[in-house]
Amino acid sequence: MSESLRYIQAVNAALTWALDTREDTVYFGEDVALPGGPFGATKGLHKRFGSTRIFDTPISESGFLGMALGAAMTGLRPIAEIMYADFSFVAMDQFVNQISTIRYASNGRWRAPLVVRMQQGYSPGACAQHSHSPEAYFAHTPGLRVGLPATPDDAYQMLRSAVASDDPVVIAEARMLYPTRGPVRTDAPVEPVGGARVVRPGTDVTVVAWSRMVSAALDAAGRLAEEGISAEVVDLRWLNPLDFDTVAASVARTGRLVVAHEANLTGGFGAEIAARAATECFADLRAPVARVAAPDVPMPAAPTLQAAVVPEAADVVAAVRRTVGR
Amino acid sequence: MGLPDDYRLMARIRRFEERLTALKDDGEIPGSIHLCNGQEAIPVGACRTLRDGDHVTATYRGHGWALARGVDLTGLFAEMMGRDSALCGGRAASPYLSDPGRWFVGENSIVGAGVPVAAGAALTAQRTGSGAVSLVSIGDGAMNQGNVHEALNLAAVLDLPLVLVVENNVYSEMSRIEDMVRVRQLTERAPGYGVPGRVVDGNDPDAVAEAVGEAVARAREGSGPSIVEAMTERLVGHYSGDAQHYRPAGEIAAAREREPLVRIRRAADPALAAQLDAIDAEVAAEVEAAVTAARALPFPDPATVKEHVYV
Repeated sequence: MSESLRYIQAVNAALTWALDTREDTVYFGEDVALPGGPFGATKGLHKRFGSTRIFDTPISESGFLGMALGAAMTGLRPIAEIMYADFSFVAMDQFVNQISTIRYASNGRWRAPLVVRMQQGYSPGACAQHSHSPEAYFAHTPGLRVGLPATPDDAYQMLRSAVASDDPVVIAEARMLYPTRGPVRTDAPVEPVGGARVVRPGTDVTVVAWSRMVSAALDAAGRLAEEGISAEVVDLRWLNPLDFDTVAASVARTGRLVVAHEANLTGGFGAEIAARAATECFADLRAPVARVAAPDVPMPAAPTLQAAVVPEAADVVAAVRRTVGR
Repeated sequence: MGLPDDYRLMARIRRFEERLTALKDDGEIPGSIHLCNGQEAIPVGACRTLRDGDHVTATYRGHGWALARGVDLTGLFAEMMGRDSALCGGRAASPYLSDPGRWFVGENSIVGAGVPVAAGAALTAQRTGSGAVSLVSIGDGAMNQGNVHEALNLAAVLDLPLVLVVENNVYSEMSRIEDMVRVRQLTERAPGYGVPGRVVDGNDPDAVAEAVGEAVARAREGSGPSIVEAMTERLVGHYSGDAQHYRPAGEIAAAREREPLVRIRRAADPALAAQLDAIDAEVAAEVEAAVTAARALPFPDPATVKEHVYV
């Protein structure tokens, strides 16, 4: 069975599934219960599940993420919401020194089955403190799973995978995708975390993207097809666990690789993909790997300035043309 | 529990820390260690008020809390020796060890970071109706960490069954706490969170047990968190290599006159003194046996180094 849902509705459906089917789940964050969340992700959940299962917290990201960890260690399966991914930085200790390390440091005797939900990326007029794409920080940290859903269906499937996982998982959604609509397989079995996906087959170049840049890459592939360039688009979906096999298999077919993300260029996760490709796909590559990313500037707020830094389909098209030598 | 048992547990903690110092000097302990010599009455008095199932979270100066919660001596020595201990397999060592089997959420080597985690254990107790409480210890310096402020307020608004024990040894690592705060007692901040705060003599296990017991009872009946500030003195440095140049002449000698074990010794009649002598000998023997047992454990297998990053 599949339903046509907006991305944000798919998030709501996944959270409803979590609270409905797992008694050990609790949901908390800023303005998530009575207000229903600033984007409506938790609309109706408090009315249905009550304050024991979903509640509002003070504006204390570090405090409530640490609380999520302690609750996860002692038997709950918390889902904590960071309203904007930018606010995760005030709680970075929780990600890097606490949530990600306890299982390892206890030799596997504790586990931390929790989910941190957040939304990221630019939107028109959003300033440098409301536009970060911080996925590389999390992917750099051993012990965390990191997923970035690009479609309504993945917003549903990947969030359920995260809840079912016994590892701590960061799910970073894209605010700009919230209004997008698509079919959601609401009765699909829960998948384990991980797995990239070829979302458009092609023969001349592989474009690896995630989050909002998947739709940009698909747009670009459509335009490139009109020029006679066949681009294969891989939605990486999860940065951890990283399914590099799917990337390598695609590069083996196409011989060229472009990586596209909205995050800043330097140290972005595209650098990791490029480095792995240089190591594992060297014999297959017929051109240098190209990266599409925001330049290394903080995100400006004015839309005319944002347009100069936010990568879009045209940037992917240009990178592909360079890579294939046209 | 009362005097002989409390003395035994405090003596075990002291002996453990002293033996650890010797092992460190002999090169058997890699890394730095943070000792609680002089502060033993706080974990001993506090843990006396807890039941099985109550979680305890401590700091890197947490060996006393581990022992007071019943964590195995051999495991502790082995963990600190970097051996394949049954506790954490050598992955945690002195400042980050834990033991789920003894409800010891564990130490934390980020100052103040244990308080939000302890609030989480309290959340589980509250949401599952287990009746358990969560006790967390921090030092005086940690009261200046944002995490502590966030977690205290969070626990207060959620009425979580949390007990915060502040071990005020008057040093914020290597700086005097009076230079770091503008309050005389740290519990003066308690009304700011809308929670009760009490100051107690942290060198008296009975005083600690009375105050912590009241906070535990309050938490258990659903009335929310409390702060207990236990005044004490560190007989040793902040960490194993601390030369303590910053401490005034005579301060440590004076502290040695007031520390919990000496206090009991001074008040003991000849009969009790003989009993304490016997306890000392037993504790020394069990500690030595634990060191021997720990030394017999292998070092962890490097082939396992990537295990347990993920489930």
